[in-house]
Amino acid sequence: METVLKASNIVKYFNEPEPFQVLKNVSFEVGKGEFLSVVGKSGCGKSTLLYILSTMDTDFTGDLEIKGERLNGWKQNALAGFRNMHLGFVFQFHYLLPEFSALKNVMLPALKLGKYSEEEIEHRAIEKLKLVEMDEYSHKLSSKLSGGQQQRVAIARALINDPDIIMGDEPTGNLDKSNSQRVFDIFKQLARENHQTIITVTHDKDFAAGSDRIVEMQDGQIIRA
Amino acid sequence: MNWKLAFGIAITHLVTKKKQSVVAMLGVLFGISMFIVMISFMTGVNQFLEDMAMDNTPHIRIYNPVEVKDEKIISKAGTGNNSWYVVFHQRPKNDLAKIKNGLLIADKIEKMPEVRGVAPMVSSQVFFNNGPVQIPANISGIDVKKQDALFGLSGKMDDGSLDDLLKGSDDVILGKGLAQKAGVHVGDRVNVTTPEGYNITLKVVGIFSFGIVSLDDSKSYATLATVQKILQRDPSYITDINIKLNDMNKATEIKSELKAQMPGVYLEDWQEANASILAGEKIRNIMTGVVSFTLLLVAGFGIYNIMNMNIVNKMKDIAILKATGFQGNDITAIFLLESLVIGVAGGLLGLLLGFLFSYLLSITPFPAGTFFRISTFPVNFLPQHYILGVLFGFITTLFAGYFPALKASKIDPVIIIRG
Ligand SMILES: Nc1ncnc2c1ncn2[C@@H]1O[C@H](COP(=O)(O)OP(=O)(O)OP(=O)(O)O)[C@@H](O)[C@H]1O
Ligand SMILES: [Mg+2]
Repeated sequence: METVLKASNIVKYFNEPEPFQVLKNVSFEVGKGEFLSVVGKSGCGKSTLLYILSTMDTDFTGDLEIKGERLNGWKQNALAGFRNMHLGFVFQFHYLLPEFSALKNVMLPALKLGKYSEEEIEHRAIEKLKLVEMDEYSHKLSSKLSGGQQQRVAIARALINDPDIIMGDEPTGNLDKSNSQRVFDIFKQLARENHQTIITVTHDKDFAAGSDRIVEMQDGQIIRA
Repeated sequence: MNWKLAFGIAITHLVTKKKQSVVAMLGVLFGISMFIVMISFMTGVNQFLEDMAMDNTPHIRIYNPVEVKDEKIISKAGTGNNSWYVVFHQRPKNDLAKIKNGLLIADKIEKMPEVRGVAPMVSSQVFFNNGPVQIPANISGIDVKKQDALFGLSGKMDDGSLDDLLKGSDDVILGKGLAQKAGVHVGDRVNVTTPEGYNITLKVVGIFSFGIVSLDDSKSYATLATVQKILQRDPSYITDINIKLNDMNKATEIKSELKAQMPGVYLEDWQEANASILAGEKIRNIMTGVVSFTLLLVAGFGIYNIMNMNIVNKMKDIAILKATGFQGNDITAIFLLESLVIGVAGGLLGLLLGFLFSYLLSITPFPAGTFFRISTFPVNFLPQHYILGVLFGFITTLFAGYFPALKASKIDPVIIIRG
C-alpha cells in the first residue's frame, strides 16, 4: 500500500503553565485509502497529534511527510495552500463561519482553491451537502443550525476539495447513533471508492472497531498501532 | 490572491455587523464632510480677501518713496593729515515725489507684451474740510479710462458716476466713509486743503466703496489734471505708475526686469503690498491643514479601534479560514477591504454631506455690516478639494485598517481551534 502520511519521532512540548511533554516520540505511517481511528483516554494527546499532522501546528520536533513531501520548515502560507489542496479537516468542536450559509461555508475552501468555476463549486457543494443529508439546509445561516447539523456541514466542507486525507477530531461527537452511522458509512465509502485516507480521533468504540486500523495512545505515546 | 472572494467575505462581515460598520463609517463621513466644509470656506475667505485686495492693488507699482537716508550723522573723509569730518543732515530732503519722465515711462511699459495695462497717477495727502474739522485723506489724480480698465472703478460706485469726472474740471469722487465724515453727498461741494496750504473747492460727483474700510475712509479720486492743479504742478507731474500684468504670478520677475531698466525709481510688487493678507492666508491654510488632519486622525482612530475589536471578535473565523487553506495575505485582504469599504463609502457620503453643508453656508447671509461688499459666506466649490477629500479618506482608512489586518493575518489557528 502506498504511504500518504508518515510521522517520525514527533515530540511536542507545552511550555505553559509548566513544561510538559505531550507527545513522546510518536512515529507511524498511514496508507492511501486507509481508514484509521486514533483512540485513547482524554488528555492523552490525540488532538495535539492531529493538529501536528494537519500542518497547522508547526511547533514540534520530528519529521512529517505527506504525499511524499517533507513539510518541516515550510512557510505558513505554503502550508495553508497545501492544506487547502490536500487536507480536509473536521474539528472537535464544530467550527463553521456563523455569518455564512451552510452552502457558502462548504464552498469557501473551494473558492479559495479556485480550481472550478463558482457555479461548479456550488453544484459540488450541494452534492457534498446531500452526502451528509444537509442539502435542504444549504441556505440556512450556519449559526442557526443545531450542533449535529453544523458538524455534518463541517464534514461536507472537509470533502469539498476532494482531499487526499480527511482528518476528523471526534467528527461524530455531536451526532446521534444513526447520524454517526451515516458519517461512518460516508468515510468508509470515501476510503473504498475514492481511495481517500481517513484519520479520525474518536471515543466511539463501534466507530473505531469498524475502521481499518486502530491506533491507541496513552500519555503521549502510541501503545498499539 | 482571490480579491473577489476576499471582497465577498468582507462584505458579508460588514453586512452582518451593520451597526458597527455604520458607526465606523460615520466617523469617516463626519471627518471628510467637515474637511470639505473647512477647506471650501477657508479657501473661499482667502479668495474673497485676495480678490478684494487685488482689485485695488496693482501688480507692480512704481513710485518715489520719501526716504530717510541711512547714514551716520558724522563720518571721516580723506586720508592721513588731510582728513576732515562730514556732518550729514538726517532729515529727508524735500525731494519731489515726482517720477521723472513718468508719462514716457508709462507709455513704454504699456508696450511690453506681459503688461495688460498701465495707469499713471498723481497722489497726495490732503485735508477735506467739514466746517472747522479737517479730515485727513488722500487724493489721487487718475487717468479715468485707464484706471477703470485696470481696477474696475466704475463697478465700485455706490452713487453718482465715474464718467462725470471727465465731464468737468474740479470734480471729485469720495470713498463712502470719507464722504460720511466730510458730511457730503453727490452734488455737494467740498473744500480741500493741500499740504502746501493751498485751498480749493471741488464738486462731489460720485461716492464709491471698495469694501475695505481703510480705503473707503480715506480715498478720493479726481482727474490727473485736477490734482496736478491742486498741487500746483505741471501736466508731466506723476507720482505713481500702476501696472497690471496678464499673469500676476510673473510680477516679481517683471519687477526685476523693470528695475534693471530704470535704476532711479522704486518698484513694489503685489506680494510686498499685500504681505499681511498673504500672511493671513498662510495662517488660514495652516489652520485648515491642522483641523483637517485632526478630523481625519480621529476618524482613522475610530476605524482602527473598530477593526481591532472586529478582529478580536473574529479570531475563531480567522482560524477556520486559515485551517481550511486561506493564507495570511488572504486574511489581510479581507480585513483591509473591510476598512476600505468603510472608508470609501464614508468618504463619498462625506463629500455629499460636505457639499450640502458648504452649499448651505454659501447661501447663509453674512453679517458683514455695510462695509464688506459681500452678502453671504464666501465658499469655494473646487473639484480638487473633493478629490483630496476621498483621497484622504482612502489613505486614512488604508492606514487605520492595515495594522489590524496585518495582526489578523498573523493569528495562529491552532491556538484558537484548540480552545
Ligand atoms: N494549549 C495548551 N497548553 C498547555 N497544555 C495543553 C494545551 N492544550 C492541551 N494541553 C494538554 O495536553 C494534553 C493533551 O491534550 P489533547 O487536547 O491533545 O488531548 P486529547 O487526547 O485530544 O483529549 P480529548 O479526548 O479530551 O480531546 C492534555 O493534558 C492537555 O491538558
Ligand atoms: Mg481532543
